[in-house]
Formats: sequence, structure tokens, C-alpha cells
Amino acid sequence: MDFGFKLSPSSAVNLDTVDHRRFDRLAQLVPDALTCIGCGSCSATCTASAWTGMSVRKVLLGLQRGQDAEVDKMLSGCMLCGKCTMVCPRGINTRQLILTLCRLDKKGEMVR
Amino acid sequence: MIYQGKQKIWSDYQKEIPDDHWFYVRSCIRQSFFPASETHFVKIVRDLLGKDLYETPHHTTCGGIAYHSDTIPQETAMTIVARQFALMTEAGYKNLVTSCITSFGNYCEILETWREFPELEARIREHLWKACRREFEKPEYVAHASDVIFKLRGEIAERAKYHLVSRATGEPLRVVEHIGCHYSKMFPHKGVGGAEYPCVLSGMVESWGGQVIDYPERRHCCGFGFRQYLVKANRGYSVSNTHKKFESMEPYHPDMIITNCPGCPYFLDRWQYVIAEQTGKTYGQNGCGIPALTYEELAGLVLGYDPWDLGLQIHQVGPEPLLDKIGIPYDPNRKYLGLNEKEIMKPGLPTVLKCC
Repeated sequence: MDFGFKLSPSSAVNLDTVDHRRFDRLAQLVPDALTCIGCGSCSATCTASAWTGMSVRKVLLGLQRGQDAEVDKMLSGCMLCGKCTMVCPRGINTRQLILTLCRLDKKGEMVR
Repeated sequence: MIYQGKQKIWSDYQKEIPDDHWFYVRSCIRQSFFPASETHFVKIVRDLLGKDLYETPHHTTCGGIAYHSDTIPQETAMTIVARQFALMTEAGYKNLVTSCITSFGNYCEILETWREFPELEARIREHLWKACRREFEKPEYVAHASDVIFKLRGEIAERAKYHLVSRATGEPLRVVEHIGCHYSKMFPHKGVGGAEYPCVLSGMVESWGGQVIDYPERRHCCGFGFRQYLVKANRGYSVSNTHKKFESMEPYHPDMIITNCPGCPYFLDRWQYVIAEQTGKTYGQNGCGIPALTYEELAGLVLGYDPWDLGLQIHQVGPEPLLDKIGIPYDPNRKYLGLNEKEIMKPGLPTVLKCC
């Protein structure tokens, strides 16, 4: 039946059903990933973010929410310039983090 | 934390509710949504429990629905409310009881605004005098009708003919309580239990034998949201809100929902039909929905009033499975008989949601 309106898809994230294997493997290979405080300095300084939506903060958040498609799309916009590494207050090597992440598939297996 | 400390903090969340002598103002929309609820509030409080409850046929809408829908400015709503206060003053009452949650929020908001801006109150007094030559005193107490039933819940429990217990198993019924947003989210100290632990409905449910369900989206809006529903293009937001609540409460298998707002029972009831038509999913047992009742209807059922006199046939979700579970007798042949025993129109049956 057409009511002239419909249910919007829910944006709720059920953390009980999220596959954490990719993030867990990343945390093994780059333990600094666990020290991110989500301040967004990396995103603020990112040259690519203006037109590609790249944000290291959002990448880490998306990984923990199981949003792999969005994460891979953002990663494809990174130019590896390393400005985010320079501004990170926790001293995370974000460039290494991104490169490592690009080599992991959804199950956390090394594919490249 | 030591016990006394907890008691002191909890006392900050309590609300003073007068024992007697109330001036009752009805809702502008509840009488078309669930027409018997307000009548039974009066029957229970005034006729059964013998309290002094006065209402006048001269009162009107409080203007809250138009104010929250952005169709009138607040000054207009204030002048309407000032007239209600004038009616209360003329009748000699000082305790105002509102039937509607939005009215309750509207009265509280206006009184708080006048406290902050006395010059605005003076202007409204002038507007009222020019419009209808009336003067008013501000109420000493403003309570919602559910506060009154909450206060009288013990007396109702003493007179109860039925309890919120499964007749077959003896287990307490699992009840979802939903409190209207304008009850205590606007002014937390005006509600019993504040905005964080509102217990106005859970107190009733527990007094009458039921078990309250705590589920993740318990304090989420019912989905009415005024413009989210009133503008047809936005109704997707409204039904999505309600859908979110039902998805959240579903794993807890509630037997019923109890509400204290005009919009909440309406939308938690009617949207079950729309969700069922759109998704094919129902949330009650055997393809039925979850009955969503007002607190007056629940108090009436507990006290043994006839379900059809309480207007339960007006609900989209059939109440029969709930009545059977509690053991309340009803005559199916009387379901669609009006007060004069003549048949009122029967609704068409939905294709998915099973209505008895």
C-alpha cells in the first residue's frame, strides 16, 4: 500500500554484530591505532579531505563500526602526503597506519 | 554511596502533587483519538475516589499544538493560557491539572517565561483584558493528570478488580511505559522522577502488579514530533521513529504499552498498522500488534470498567488478547455498539496486522 511516505533506513549500528577482525589485525600490526583520541587534527590538516572525504579519524571510527565500504572509499582518496602524521598529538604514524590498512581485507587477512 | 545520600538525591527528583481541589482542563485532540479516557479520569477521580475535580465547558485549547507546529506565536498561546487561568481563578481553584502532556509543557514553559520576563506577563494581562475583560491569578501548582493518578495509584490498587498479571501463568505482565516528551524533558523538576528517571507510569504499573520493561530506546520519541507528522512529506521521519522503538522493544516481548500523552498512544497504536503494511512485520503474538493504552484506560481496566465503555474498540490494535491474558470478561457483540446501544461503523480490516 502506498501511503505517500515510507520508512527511512535505520542508521543504527549494532556493535554486537560488527566484524572487528580488520580493526583487531590493524591494532596488532600498528598498536598506535588504539591510542587515537579522535581529536580530528588529522582531518583538519588533510589536503585530500576537501574533495575526497578522506579523514583518518573517520577511518578508525568506521572500522570499529564495521563500515568497510566507506573506509575503503576514504582510503582511496589519500595521497600519502603525511601531513596528518606531523600534527597528530599522540604521535601516531598515520601514514604507516593507512598503508597497513590498505593491505588488509575485510577479514583482517593480509592481501598485498 | 550511603543510603541517606541516595535518599537526599532522589528527593530532588520528587514533585509535590496536591491532594485535592483540582481545576481540570481537557485536551483538544485526545477526545477524538481516545474519547473515553478523559471521561473515565473524571469518573475515577471525582465519582469513585470522591475528590474535588472541577471542569468548565468554557475552556478551549491551550494553543500548544499550534505553537509547537509553528502556526501561532508564543504571545498568542500565552493569551489563550491566560484565559484558562482566568477561568480557574473565577472558579476559585489554585491547582491546575491538564489532560495533555503538551498542554502541561506549554503551561510550564509560559509560567517559567513569565518568571524570567515579568514585563511579558504584564503585556499578556493587558492583551487578555482588552480581548475579553478578564483577569487571572497564576496557579499554585500545575500537575499533569497522570501525576494525579500516580498519587492515587495506591487507592486504585486497593479497589482493583484485576491486576496486571497473566491469569494462565500468574506471572506479571511485561509492560512498556512511554512518557510524552513534553512531560519532563523540557522542565525536569516538573515531572515525577525528573527527565532521567521519570517514574510516573512505572509507579502505576508496579502498583497494579505489572513488570516494567527497560529497553534501549525507552526514552525515544514516539514519532509524533508535530511537524514530523503534520507535514505529509515528513511522515517518513515519524514512522521511522516509531519503527525504531518497536525494533528495540521487540526482543523483550511486551504484553502492552502504556502512555501519558495524547500523541504517543495514537502513533504507537496506528503506526503498527502502517509498519505492518510496509514491512509485513507485526510485534505482538500470532500476527497481532502490541496494545497501546492510555493510563486512564489501564486504570479503568484495573478497576473493572467495561473495555468497550473505556473505548478500547477505537484502538487500531485489538485489545482482546490482552483482556484474555488478564482475564477481563468482554462481550464481542457489544464491541461496536455506541452509548445508545446502536451500532457504530465497523472499521475495515488490515491485510497484515491481525485485529480481533
